[in-house]
Amino acid sequence: MVAPWARSQAGARLFGIASLVAAIALIESLIRVGVINRFIVPLPSQIIAALPRIISEENVLHRFWQTTQELLWASLLLAVVGIALGALLYRFRILRLACETWVGALAAAPIVLAYPLFLVLFGRSATTIVAIGFAAGLAPVILKTVEGLAATRHVLINVGRSFRLSPAQQFWKILLPSALPSVFVGLRLGLIFAMINIVGVEFLINFGGLGQLINELAERYDLPGTYGAICFVILTSIVFFDVTQRLERWLTPAA
Amino acid sequence: MDSAPLLDVQNITKRFQTADGVTTAVDGMSFSVAAGEFVSIIGPSGCGKSTVFNIIGGLVGDYEGRVSVAGDVVAGTHPAIGMVFQEESTFPWRNVLENVAFPLEIADVAKQERLEQAAHFVSMVGLRGFERHFPAELSGGMRQRVALARTLASKPKLLLMDEPFAALDEQTRLLLGDKVLQIQQALKQTTLLITHNLTEAVQLSDRVLVMTYRPGRLKRVVDIDLPHPRNSEVVSSDAFGHCVAQIWQDLREEASRGIQEDESRVLHAGAKR
Repeated sequence: MVAPWARSQAGARLFGIASLVAAIALIESLIRVGVINRFIVPLPSQIIAALPRIISEENVLHRFWQTTQELLWASLLLAVVGIALGALLYRFRILRLACETWVGALAAAPIVLAYPLFLVLFGRSATTIVAIGFAAGLAPVILKTVEGLAATRHVLINVGRSFRLSPAQQFWKILLPSALPSVFVGLRLGLIFAMINIVGVEFLINFGGLGQLINELAERYDLPGTYGAICFVILTSIVFFDVTQRLERWLTPAA
Repeated sequence: MDSAPLLDVQNITKRFQTADGVTTAVDGMSFSVAAGEFVSIIGPSGCGKSTVFNIIGGLVGDYEGRVSVAGDVVAGTHPAIGMVFQEESTFPWRNVLENVAFPLEIADVAKQERLEQAAHFVSMVGLRGFERHFPAELSGGMRQRVALARTLASKPKLLLMDEPFAALDEQTRLLLGDKVLQIQQALKQTTLLITHNLTEAVQLSDRVLVMTYRPGRLKRVVDIDLPHPRNSEVVSSDAFGHCVAQIWQDLREEASRGIQEDESRVLHAGAKR
C-alpha cells in the first residue's frame, strides 16, 4: 500500500531527491571503505567541493551556455527537418517503403565516429558539432513522426474529409495534432542522441563547451573537476527535458 | 413538411474487389428523403448500410447510380451534408467548445462569433457547463453529443448519421434518442440515420427503410405513424410495438439469412484449408 504523501506530486519529488541523496551517500561510503577506488571515482563530497572552483576558474557557465546553444540549434533543426521528413515519408508510401529501414539503421549508426568527415565538411567549428548532433538525433524524430501520423485514427481523417478540409488543413488541423504525442517522444529521443554526440564531439575535437572542459580537466587528471563538469552536462539534459515537457503540455493540453 | 426530396438516391450499386472475387455490397438502391423528414435505414450486420452512408457522404466513389442533395449531384463530400460517425470522432486535443467550433474555424468565421455559435450548439446537445472539458474527461454518450453538436454547427441541410449510439448502453441510447428528436424537431433538420437497432429506428423516424442481407437492396419501406412530438416514452405504447413487430418480421428473415451465409462461408473457408 502506498502512503498518501507518496501519491502527491510533491511527495514523489521529495522521494526522488531522497533517493539521489541516498545513492550519493552510498557511493561516498563505498569509496571511503575502499570498495570503489578513489583514484578512479572521486568522492561525491570532493566533486561538490570542486563545483565553485570550476565555476570561477574554468568559466563553466560560459561553456554550459556554449553547449546549450549548440543543442538548441540541433534541436531546432531536428524539429523542423525531422518532422518535415517524417511527414514526407508518411505522405509518399513508396518513399516510406524505400527509406524507413535505412532511417532505422541510421538510428543505430555510431555517427560520432564519422567526425573527421564532418570536420572536413564544416571545419573545426560549432557548425560541425551542431551537424553531428543533428545527424545523430534525426532518425528517431523521423521514425516517431511517421509512426504518429500513421496511427491517426481513420475516422478523424474522415471527419476532416466530411468538412472538406484541404490537404494542408488535414495536416495542420488533424494529422499533426493527432501525432504530437508520438512526435514529442521522437524529439526527446533525438535530443538525447544529439546531446551525447555534441558533448562527445566537443571532447574529441577539443572545441566548444562542456565536452572540451571535460577533456581539459581529464588531461590534467582533475577528477573532481571532470565529474563536476559532467554534472553540468546532466544539468543541460535536465533543462532540455523540462523545456520539451512544458512545450508538450502546452501544445497537447488534453494529454 | 416540404414534399420536394432533399436527398435523392437513384439506383446505387457498389461492388468491391475481394480475395474471393467481386462482392456486391449494395445493389440498385433507390429512395429519397424529403426536407425536414427523419428517415432510418435498418438492416442486419454486413448488409451494406455503412457503404450507403459512405456513398451518400461522398467518402466512397466508383459506384453506379446517382446521389443528389438539394438538386446537386454528390461527387465527393458535399457542404450540404453533415456526417456523424459510428466511432468516437471528437478531437482529443481540443476541448468541447473548440471541437464544436471546428467547422466554423474551417469556414473562417471570426473567433468570437464562432465561439458564441459553438456555445449555442453545445447547449443544444445538453452539454452546457462542459465547454472547457476535454473528450477524455467525458463519457461515451457525451462525446457522441459533442460530435453531433460539431456536425450541427456546420449547418448541414442533411444530417447523415451512421449508428452514432451503437457503442452506448440501451438506457443512454434511448435518452440520447430523445435529445436527437428534440434537436431535429427544433431545427426541422432533415436526417438520415443508419442503424441496426430496431427500437432506435422506430423511436426516431418518420419512415424506416429495411435492407436485405448481402447484397444490400431495399426490401421494404415502413411509415411510422407515431404522433409527434415524441420521446422515449413512446417505446411503451402499443403502436410502437406494432411498428417494431412489422419491421422485425422482415429484419428477422434477413438477419437469419446473414447468419446462415456467414456460417457456410466459414465452413467453406475451413474446408479449403
